[in-house]
Amino acid sequence: MSPDNIFEGANEDEESSSESNPSERKLGYGAAVVETMAQIMREDESVFLAGEDVGAHGGVFGYFRGLQPEFGEDRVVDTPIAEQAIIGLGIGAAVQGLRPVVDLMFMDFICVAMDQIANQAAKLKYMFGGGATLPLTITTAGGAGLSAAAQHSQSLEAMLCHIPGLKVVMPSDAYEVKGLLTSCIREDNPTVFIINKRKLADTCHVPEELFEIPLGEGHVIREGSDVTVVAIGRMVDEAKKAAEKLSGEGIDCELINPRTVQPLDIDLIVESVSKTGHAVIVHEAVRFGGIGAEIASQIQEQAFDYLDAPIGRVAAPFSPIPFSPALEKHYVPDAERIVTSIKNLF
Amino acid sequence: MPKPNEKQLQMILEDMVVARTQAGRLWNLQRQGQVGTIAPIDGHEAAIVGAVHALETESDWVLPQYREPLGLRKYGPEVLDTFMLYNLGHPAGGHIPEPVKVAPSQISLGASIPHAVGLAWGMSLKDESGVVLVFFGDGASSEGDFYEAGNLAGVLKAPVIFLCINNQWAISTPTHLQTAADSFASKAEAFGIPGLTVDGNDPASVYEAVSEARNRATSGKGPTLIEATVYRLGAHTTADDPTRYVPSEDLSDAQKKDPVHTLIHEMKERNLWSDAKQSEVETAALERIDEAFEKAKNTPLSANSLMDHCFTSDTERQSRQRSFLMHSIGESNE
Repeated sequence: MSPDNIFEGANEDEESSSESNPSERKLGYGAAVVETMAQIMREDESVFLAGEDVGAHGGVFGYFRGLQPEFGEDRVVDTPIAEQAIIGLGIGAAVQGLRPVVDLMFMDFICVAMDQIANQAAKLKYMFGGGATLPLTITTAGGAGLSAAAQHSQSLEAMLCHIPGLKVVMPSDAYEVKGLLTSCIREDNPTVFIINKRKLADTCHVPEELFEIPLGEGHVIREGSDVTVVAIGRMVDEAKKAAEKLSGEGIDCELINPRTVQPLDIDLIVESVSKTGHAVIVHEAVRFGGIGAEIASQIQEQAFDYLDAPIGRVAAPFSPIPFSPALEKHYVPDAERIVTSIKNLF
Repeated sequence: MPKPNEKQLQMILEDMVVARTQAGRLWNLQRQGQVGTIAPIDGHEAAIVGAVHALETESDWVLPQYREPLGLRKYGPEVLDTFMLYNLGHPAGGHIPEPVKVAPSQISLGASIPHAVGLAWGMSLKDESGVVLVFFGDGASSEGDFYEAGNLAGVLKAPVIFLCINNQWAISTPTHLQTAADSFASKAEAFGIPGLTVDGNDPASVYEAVSEARNRATSGKGPTLIEATVYRLGAHTTADDPTRYVPSEDLSDAQKKDPVHTLIHEMKERNLWSDAKQSEVETAALERIDEAFEKAKNTPLSANSLMDHCFTSDTERQSRQRSFLMHSIGESNE
C-alpha cells in the first residue's frame, strides 16, 4: 500500500458534520492533523511529538509532514521501533509537566504497547493518589478499507473504552479532527485519538483558527423522527448515505455521531431514541463486544419503554480483516447494509 | 572517581541501619496482619542508599521499583510517611508530595524504565539540570520495557541512570535462568551506552559509579547502566518462602558479606561508628516508623475516595455511579 497517494488524492464531495458554507475554507482530514499540531506547537512549548517516522517522513500517512522542519528534532522525535517505550516516554514526560503527543503508526500496535497504555498511562494518576497529571495524547491510525490486511486495519476502540482512565476519540471528518485533537492535547487526562486512515484525503470546512470540541459531547448530524442511527468514526459517511436513501423511501433517520466513545454521550442518544422509538448502531469494529453492544445495553437500560423494536447493530463479522480488496469490501459495513438493517426494524 | 568522604559514609551507614531496623518492624507489622504485602530490603541497603547519596535531591528523580522506599531517607520524611500509607492500601500512599522527586513504588516489573526516559527527556526539553535514576532488578531486566527504554535512551542521550540491583533471585528464579549473558551490565553494549558492574554490598563503590554516571548524564553524554550485585538476604516478599529454593550454604555465605554488618565493622575500625551510635540510630528509627504508622492509621479514609483520581474530574457516568455507590452505603458524596 502507498499511504502517501491516499493522503494526496483529494476527495471533494465530503460534507462537514457542522453547518458548512461552500465559500468557507476546506481542508483535508490528514491535513487537519498537521495544521492543528503546528498551531498548537506554536502556541504551547510544552507540546512535543514522538513516534516512528514522524520526523523527516512526517508519519507514514503524512499527517505530521512539515512539523520537524519547523520545530526541530527535539520536539518532533523520531523513535526506534519500540511501542512500549514510545508510550512510556510520553508518560514520563507528561508527569514532568509536558504535553506529549505520541504516535502509534497503526492502531493494531496498541496491542504491542498495551501494558504501558492500560496499566500505566490509564492508571498512574490513580496509583499516584492524584499526585500525577498525565496530559498525554496517543494518536494512532485505525480502520479498514485500504487493503492493509488483518494486522493493520483493525478498529480496537472497545478494548480501550473498557479501561478506566482513558478517553477515546474518533473524529469522523476534518472539522472534528481539528476540534477534537485540540481538546485532546489540552486535556489533562490520557486520550487516544483515532485517526481513520481511509478518511485522510476527504475534505470539509475547517476553521483556520484553533477551536475545541468538548470530549464526551455527541453531535446530531441530521434530525429525524423514525429511527436513531448512531454511527462511529468513518461509518458516519455511510450512515449519511443510508439516511439519504431511506428518506426517499419514507423513513426519516436521526443521525448521531458520538465523536468520543469514552466518555460516551449516552444522554443525547437516549433522548433521541425516546423520540424515534428505534435505534441502529453502526461501527467498523466487529459486532461481538463492540462499542455498539455497550450503547445498545445503555439504551435498553434507560429507554426500554420507548423502544418499538429490537436495537439493530451494523458491524463487522467476527473474523480477521481480509487482505483481498474484494473480500474486504464485503467485510466493512456500508450504506447498503445500514439501509437493510434499518428496514428490518419496521 | 568521586568517593564519599567520612561524613558522607557516616550518613550512608546511618540510613542503612535505619532501613534495616525499620524493615524488621515492617515485617512484624505484616505478620501481625496490620499492613499489606512487604518486599524486604535486607541485603539491598548499600546499593540503594549508596546510589541515592550520589544524587542531588532537589534536581534528580528517583523511580523505585518496590524494595527501595526504606532506603530513600535522604529524600525526606515524606517518603516514609507516604510509604506507610501505601502499606495500609490508603489511596494517598501513592501521592508523595511535591517537591519530593520520588515516584511511588512500581509493582509492574520494568514498566517504569521507559517512564524514566520520558522524565529525563522532559528535563532536557525544559533545560533542567537533573538526572533520573530508575531502580529495577535482575528479573525486570528480562522485560521488553528494559530493552526498548535502554535503546531509546541511548539514541536520545537522555540523562538517565539505569540501576539494576542484581540480588541473584527473581522470586525463585536464579540469574542463570534469567539470562545467558555474562552480566546484566553487558546488555548496555547493545544500547551503545556504558555498562558496569559494581559490588552492591559496598556503598562507596555504588556511590562512585552513580556519581560518575550522573556526571556523564548532566554533561549531555547520555545514560549509563549500572549493575549492583548483592544477595537477597530475606524473602522475595512476605508471601514467599525462600527456604524452598535458596540453598542454605549460599545464604550463609551471603550473610557473611551482609552490607550493613560489614560497614558497621569497617566504620568502627575507623572510629567512625560506635555501639552507642548504633543504639541511638536504631531507637530513633523505630520511633520514627511507629510514628509514621500511627499517623497513617489515623489518616481518614472516605468511601467516597473509591472513585477518585481515575480522571482529573468525574465523567457524567462516573458521577452517577459515585452517587449510586454512596447512596447504597448510606453516605453522602460530599
